[in-house]
Amino acid sequence: MNIDLQAREITPLRNTYDHVARHIGGDKVASRYQEATFGAQPMVNFHYRPTWDPGHELFDAGRSKIVLADWYVLKDPRQFYYATWTMTRAKQQDAMESNFQFVEQRGMLSMMSDALRDKTLEILMPLRHAAWGANMNNASICAYGFGTAFTAPAMFHAMDNLGVAQYLTRLGLAMGDAQTLDEGKQRWLEAPAWQGLRRLVEDSFVVQDPFELFVAQNLLIDGLLYPLVYGAFVDDHVALQGGTAVAMLTNFMPEWHDESARWIDAVVKAAATESEANRALLREWSRHWVDRAQAALAPIARLALGDQGEAVLNEAREQLQTRLDKAGLKA
Amino acid sequence: MSDVFIAFQANEESRPVIDAIVADNPHAVLSHPTGLVKVNAPNALTIRRETIEGLIGRSFDLQQIHVNLVTISGYIDEDDDQLTLSWKH
Repeated sequence: MNIDLQAREITPLRNTYDHVARHIGGDKVASRYQEATFGAQPMVNFHYRPTWDPGHELFDAGRSKIVLADWYVLKDPRQFYYATWTMTRAKQQDAMESNFQFVEQRGMLSMMSDALRDKTLEILMPLRHAAWGANMNNASICAYGFGTAFTAPAMFHAMDNLGVAQYLTRLGLAMGDAQTLDEGKQRWLEAPAWQGLRRLVEDSFVVQDPFELFVAQNLLIDGLLYPLVYGAFVDDHVALQGGTAVAMLTNFMPEWHDESARWIDAVVKAAATESEANRALLREWSRHWVDRAQAALAPIARLALGDQGEAVLNEAREQLQTRLDKAGLKA
Repeated sequence: MSDVFIAFQANEESRPVIDAIVADNPHAVLSHPTGLVKVNAPNALTIRRETIEGLIGRSFDLQQIHVNLVTISGYIDEDDDQLTLSWKH
């Protein structure tokens, strides 16, 4: 019996959905990022106003003072949608697991001096709570923000912050035990050097404007915190004194910070470019929150790096200002 | 003068690779046999990692192309940043 196999070409009638084509124009083939983002924001048929905020619709651009003709301009240059974000993070997780194995097999942590170990834990353990705060804030940005292009990556960022907290927890357990984590929490709650940052984080919880919160947390607080802690303290100080293991076990943090800075800067730049009013607002928020962030981090910089702390923090502020300038927020 | 060619599975992952090849090789011609995307070019064709990274907005290891690569014609010269097909041996 002859079985006659044939290949049939079935070409699509259109290249993508109308609600996507409306944003990318014509009949172009759309990427998965575009299909996951454009036209995904609910715009109509909200039915009841929320009982917890009757002044706004469920999704309402009016919750922010930032005004955009089209909130889809806040595109993510990394083009993360769920699949690509998950796969990227999975690869990073594999690398981190490898690092934990490498360090544990060689007992690299026990080779650190007691003084270095204590200093490392003193600085890094309370940051679990700062990372949790960033998780809360990004979840808030996702909840109250408007526009899928803006809110979806905020949720990814929230989960990433949770990942940072979890890696710090694992580091604490590898260098000590459950009590090490409790001591870190006690420092966060009571040690004088930490109360500035703790107050800043807790004040950020009540920022109502989701875009202001985005700028405060992701651009300004993290923009100073990460270079200070993972650049200056871990890489330039702890690693050079025999704590290379710590740099390995926190490798995700600076890598992720640099990658997400591209997204954060692009969003701020897009909003600033739209209007002078937006730019003025962003400049005002930046000035306010960067001053607060620097003041809050100053005692921690001193705790971590002694006399060098202030100079290092100033340098971090200068580099952050360069980022702000590039995003169009030159004073 | 002979053509070199490279063929990939026609899917989402190979799309930016194809787009990069077309951007970097103005004489390249695409064809679409069933399930594939085939790129023909006279003499030589180069795939650049930097171009692909610019299109996807993330870092890309050039070796990732092998997941969807079907076939090649020509001699390969490759490093971390580019892969060139040509008849130079």
